Amino acid sequence: MTVTRGESAKPPSPDARRSHVPGDGTAGAAAVEQARKAMLNDTRPRNRTRIGADVVCEALIRQGVDVFFSYPGGVILPLYDVLGDYPEMRHILVRHEQGGAHAADGYARVTGRVGVCMGTSGPGATNLVTGIGTALLDSIPMVAITGNVPSVLIGKDAFQEIDINGITLPMTKHNYLVRNADDLPRVFAEAFHIARTGRPGPVHIDITKDALQQETNAEHPTDEQVIAGLPGFRPNMDANGRQLKVAVAEIARAKRPVILAGHGVLHAEAWDDLVAFAEKAQIPVAHTLLGVGAISEDHPLSYGFMGMHGWKHVNRAIQSADLLIAIGMRFDDRVTGNVRTYAPYARIIHVDIDPAEIGKNVAVEVPIVGDAGRVLRALLPMVAAVDPATRASYFEELAEWRRESEGSSWHGSGAWRDGLLSADYVVSRIGELTEHKATYVADVGQNQMWLARYAGFRQPNSHVSSGGLGTMGFSVPAAMGAALGRPDRETWAITGDGGFQMTSQELMTLVQDRIPVKIALFDNKKLGMIRQWQEIIYAGNYHSAHLQGPDYEKLAGAYGIPAFRAQSPDQVDDAIRSAQAVEGPALIWFEIAEEQNIFPMMPAGKGLSDLIENWGGADE
Amino acid sequence: MTADPASNGKVPPDAVGGLPATPSESAGPAHIAPPVRALPGGGEHRRHTLIAVVLDKPGVLNRVSSLMRARNFNIDSLAVSHTDQPDVSRMTITLHGDDVAVEQAAKQLYRLIDVLKVQDVTSEPTVDHELALVKIRATDSNRAEILTIVELSKGRVVDLAAESVIVEVTGTEAEVDAFVALVRTYGIKELVRTGAVVMARGTASIEEAVKR
Repeated sequence: MTVTRGESAKPPSPDARRSHVPGDGTAGAAAVEQARKAMLNDTRPRNRTRIGADVVCEALIRQGVDVFFSYPGGVILPLYDVLGDYPEMRHILVRHEQGGAHAADGYARVTGRVGVCMGTSGPGATNLVTGIGTALLDSIPMVAITGNVPSVLIGKDAFQEIDINGITLPMTKHNYLVRNADDLPRVFAEAFHIARTGRPGPVHIDITKDALQQETNAEHPTDEQVIAGLPGFRPNMDANGRQLKVAVAEIARAKRPVILAGHGVLHAEAWDDLVAFAEKAQIPVAHTLLGVGAISEDHPLSYGFMGMHGWKHVNRAIQSADLLIAIGMRFDDRVTGNVRTYAPYARIIHVDIDPAEIGKNVAVEVPIVGDAGRVLRALLPMVAAVDPATRASYFEELAEWRRESEGSSWHGSGAWRDGLLSADYVVSRIGELTEHKATYVADVGQNQMWLARYAGFRQPNSHVSSGGLGTMGFSVPAAMGAALGRPDRETWAITGDGGFQMTSQELMTLVQDRIPVKIALFDNKKLGMIRQWQEIIYAGNYHSAHLQGPDYEKLAGAYGIPAFRAQSPDQVDDAIRSAQAVEGPALIWFEIAEEQNIFPMMPAGKGLSDLIENWGGADE
Repeated sequence: MTADPASNGKVPPDAVGGLPATPSESAGPAHIAPPVRALPGGGEHRRHTLIAVVLDKPGVLNRVSSLMRARNFNIDSLAVSHTDQPDVSRMTITLHGDDVAVEQAAKQLYRLIDVLKVQDVTSEPTVDHELALVKIRATDSNRAEILTIVELSKGRVVDLAAESVIVEVTGTEAEVDAFVALVRTYGIKELVRTGAVVMARGTASIEEAVKR
């Protein structure tokens, strides 16, 4: 190895880096040039040439990466050795690689840009896996980077060697093992292109230590070269014109149409197109869990959240619809329940960018492969403008169903039974007091459903939730990334005591990097959703549902995070306002009713018409 | 409108005005069950042949086989080889399933970045051959008989030993099956089959379709 490194090279001061505000992602070539120039003019003694690790940094900057989440380790140290030379990227030292992956995920979800996380070989890499899987199931653009042992040691069961390439192969959109520094520019350019193009997804790049250390003059490819080098990757963005005509005919004769808006609308940044289309054709819009925010919930045509814990009125509308227009959603089992009883009267138009999603879970009459935005923009001039009066009786019925279902299972007083704090009330107060303008990051379980139902979403990409994989422990680290991606918004992590205890180590990252996440901890001293299933499905056999927790005020205090506590409805607003007044991270310990369930609930295997609306009595 | 389970909640596209009654229109007899929605697939299972043209990248075979396993498709045979184009490989995959399931398999394969083209040639005229090597137990008394069968089956003896012969036989899966059944009475010591390699008849070329 010919490369040596100046011993006295000084990294930029931590304060200088901390003051860096994430930009708008258009860093691109100019920033690289600037960085290169800075390197050339650098007066620090630099006794080294360009190595693979430099290529990684250059490539990240070229892709507009302003922040990434990482944890060092033996074989990725060559990269850490040069990171100080690239101050335009902010490096967040997480406390666990899983936190880093979720943070990159949260960052990607609120910005629409590619999130980047990094770890070392072996355990560092396997710790990333849960986060990569979370990103895969929710189609999140992410590039995960790992170091690996030197190429001569690959396959020798070297220290901290694991076949991470084999592990991530079935759970990424694509993955790479790079053994030669000359391949790095191409691989990085391809990886970012693949991660964000078409249906987004995670890409994993595994780099051997020697590839990071090798000298290289390899140049970064142009966009054209990248595309030419990927002949098997040509996502179909524009819809087939004939299918669009068929869809228009279906829409024209539908009497009870419903739009099902999914995550694809957000990926395509097609929220305005969705509203324009829905308004012109006068079709109510229901949304999936990941489609929250595709339409503002105060829009007259927004009908609400569908599925297992969705609103009863929404599921009723689907079950009685004669046409479903599904846009960027995939008929997940949490949305359909038993497919045989799903939307029995409806014909289905299915718009998705991934042809494999069409006909996978339900048979559809009109398949449309394309980008949600492009399809909606193509359909808009084709559909006839509908006079709302012609749908008067339909809309009246929907409104009546809605009044009925929103009235039940809502605890407007803030109290569930015996004056105990009700979670739905807390969520709605957070929504109100943040004026529905924050980013809200759910964990998994009851808290996730309460958030999706009661916060009142007004803006796209303001709801972050692990929908597909259902990853507990997601909330706090994902909120970390979301806060860095959208520093102009307040960021709220909504988590239960179960999920919080899984990844609470990232509290220290929030402190060290001054990331102003507000944590709303819903403590029912239970694994709430487990308890609910055990109560309703397993005859009250509460095995392992009870969960001890620490004194969360003291815990937060130990990290130096201001904590507030609310045990009754009258304390909720004060606690929220106090947390908002804190400049950095803050935690609110909401001690909610221990046995409150989330209703309605569709038991697994049942259909959307089989919702359970209460269990223990009318006060549920 | 009465519930017709066979309608599966669908009406033919040209049946305008013939939409099934919805609950609101009928609000109607609650005892009439809504139509049952058909699950995707559920058709007749048969042997399908997929031809996949893929980039010859490290791990591409692993990607394909891993995907088929993860998506619950059971591969009957898989033959991989180079093509006349550098960096391009060809896979012939045979699997059992109904048309919808196999179409889903093909679509999933397309999601792999290294996959250039996938074609289901099941219903097309094809040349569909595999090669088998069969090591058959042979004695002085029955060797001549075996050799006659080999000759009649258009097989070829590729190794002759004191107590065995190795026969190479090519043909369709059924032809190879038939030959193997025929010689089983003599005792098969070893058997290896390549699995089907399949090419559509006629001038059209799947490889030219992906030429860069």
